[in-house]
Amino acid sequence: MELTGAQILLECLKREGVEVVFGFPGGAVIDIYNELPNASFKHVLVRHEQGAIHAADGYARASGKVGVCLVTSGPGATNTVTGIATAYMDSIPVVILTGQVPTPLIGNDAFQEVDIVGITRPCTKHNYLVKDVNDLAHVIRQAFFLARSGRPGPVLVDLPKDIMQTRTKFVWPADVNMRSYNPNYKPHAGQIRKVAQLIRESERPIIYAGGGVISSHAHEALTWLAENLHIPVTATLMGLGCFPGDNKRLWLGMLGMHGTYAANMGINNADLVLAIGARFDDRVTGKVSTFAPKATLVHIDIDPTSIQKNVSVHVPIVSDCRLALEALKEELEPSLADYDFEGGHMPWITKVGVWAKEHPLTYKPSATTIKPQYVVEKLHEITKGDAIICTEVGQNQMWAAQFYTFNKPNTFLSSGGLGTMGYGFPAAIGAQFACPDKMVIDIAGDGSIQMNIQELATSVCNNLGVKIVILNNGFLGMVRQWQELFYKKNYCETCMDAQPDFVKLAEAYGATGFRITQVEDVERVLRQALDTPGTVIVDVRVEKEENVYPMVPAGASLTDMLLV
Amino acid sequence: MRHTLSVTVENEPGVLSRVAGLFSGRGFNIESLNVGPTLDPGISVMTITTEGDEQIIEQIVKQLRKLITVIKVVDLTELKSVLREMVLMKINANDANRAEILRTVDIFRCKVVDVSIDEITIEATGNYDKIAAILSLLTRFGVKEISRSGMVAMKRSVQNS
Repeated sequence: MELTGAQILLECLKREGVEVVFGFPGGAVIDIYNELPNASFKHVLVRHEQGAIHAADGYARASGKVGVCLVTSGPGATNTVTGIATAYMDSIPVVILTGQVPTPLIGNDAFQEVDIVGITRPCTKHNYLVKDVNDLAHVIRQAFFLARSGRPGPVLVDLPKDIMQTRTKFVWPADVNMRSYNPNYKPHAGQIRKVAQLIRESERPIIYAGGGVISSHAHEALTWLAENLHIPVTATLMGLGCFPGDNKRLWLGMLGMHGTYAANMGINNADLVLAIGARFDDRVTGKVSTFAPKATLVHIDIDPTSIQKNVSVHVPIVSDCRLALEALKEELEPSLADYDFEGGHMPWITKVGVWAKEHPLTYKPSATTIKPQYVVEKLHEITKGDAIICTEVGQNQMWAAQFYTFNKPNTFLSSGGLGTMGYGFPAAIGAQFACPDKMVIDIAGDGSIQMNIQELATSVCNNLGVKIVILNNGFLGMVRQWQELFYKKNYCETCMDAQPDFVKLAEAYGATGFRITQVEDVERVLRQALDTPGTVIVDVRVEKEENVYPMVPAGASLTDMLLV
Repeated sequence: MRHTLSVTVENEPGVLSRVAGLFSGRGFNIESLNVGPTLDPGISVMTITTEGDEQIIEQIVKQLRKLITVIKVVDLTELKSVLREMVLMKINANDANRAEILRTVDIFRCKVVDVSIDEITIEATGNYDKIAAILSLLTRFGVKEISRSGMVAMKRSVQNS
């Protein structure tokens, strides 16, 4: 039987196991929307295409599956670009389906035409323009395969309107075979033996874990290695949740610009750094030339371009993080009988523990003003650490990372690489679809939340229980912090005191709004808000000029931390 | 140091802009770039000459390999290889210097491909050094126009000799 392109597309999405698509219709995709009543998946109508791509991203991060979004040509497509770049920087598997003008009109500056394949070339793992309906099924198959395999990432497929209308025989490709794409998953055995020996010989080892540990499901292997070989663990923002945060003995907290004193001192004094699924980002390394100066560096990553890009490492391993860590486990497990890892690393663990005690993550409590860190701590307490936490970008993001202790992977959803304000709330919507039974909280700032606030309608009309907790300081707080510390308090254009009444705004959308202005109300009202069914905004009026500490000024060495 | 990369790619729309965009987006330098089909119509070969230290060249090679449409990347600089570029040059000529120009053309085994009263167009083929030498010798007559093919290259059959 012959099917139209639109019908083939839906059949492909069904075979890829797609459960939900976040989208927004338009002229170029009407043919696809026309078939939606027959679709095997749920379509979630967003209020802005940026919301669709972030929701697909949040769905992917929370579920580990490929997120999908569907938008029209021209502005529909360009509105997804920020979200595509967000997913690209954080290696999140997303497939973006964009409408395109009919093939005869391509290149003619037609209405709502844009070269989205050209625009997104540098921020997608790969992208396609389908010019023949007979290519459609295998392009969709390849797109999902590319998105989820190797180093995951966003893949865009541009679908001209006439291709969606053309009929052809549907043939589902038996498998994906690409001669030019062959990621290396298995670690080199010799390199693994070398790393095992380095671990046996090291006195001051440290694990520096990144998002790759989460995307490759390597958290269990990592936890085994850390606990059995007695190696302290720090993680990047993207790696939070890859190791139990409540392991007080080995967990050092995040490293880098707003990392803990213990983590940064640990990196600085280690004799062996195991970088796993991380990419030596400038926010992590500070001044590259002084990063881990005393250490032998081991770098495990699936992407060869990540290795030797920013930092020269001694032992590179190009492989899947989970397979590498499992190979290390296999190599080192027999050594547990012969080597006293616990005794050998004890002086180091003690030293790291002293750093953690000397300068723990902390803030000056106040009886009169609400400290944002206190709010995050209370959220952790009330949810028993079992919520999915999404964040916006800026101070809210750093406080969430620092003060909500993460124990499990896929529970901290944040735009790490691109730093996209407006990410958190739509991502929370996506995460709530992925995990309907979980508490999903967007820890937001009053600036960021206004960037995709329109998605309140999406959340309310889908009866989602997403909770938005706004740490409202009336400032674009992180920029203000930089202005305070490095620009002589010239708070130019960072004061946001003209803002909507967030409680009334919530009510206007049919959600529930709370406001907290007194310290003594924080816990009670937060509990009440989290217990309230449906979408809830909590407007917490926090200390206006609170700073995120520790802080390593941009370009400084990790040891040059500004502390509380 | 200058490196010559032979990049085998899928012959499909957009592949050139993927490669060119990679260089511009990451701040790598392209000195010359040449693309052409191979015996397999589905495959093209690009020859790219670029400059950079060891670490940059390593990144360029890895980033190229990461592109989904790139099948193979070989750094010919590390191998025994044949490098050739073709250059067309339009040179000012008059009765006084024409003979000298033709002598130079002859020495370098170039070809005269077009002549007029006051111009000679010649075709020169060679590696970096030869092209540079020809250009430096002909400049004094006045080179009016130049068009270069970019380097094409191939690994030599025998590598250990």
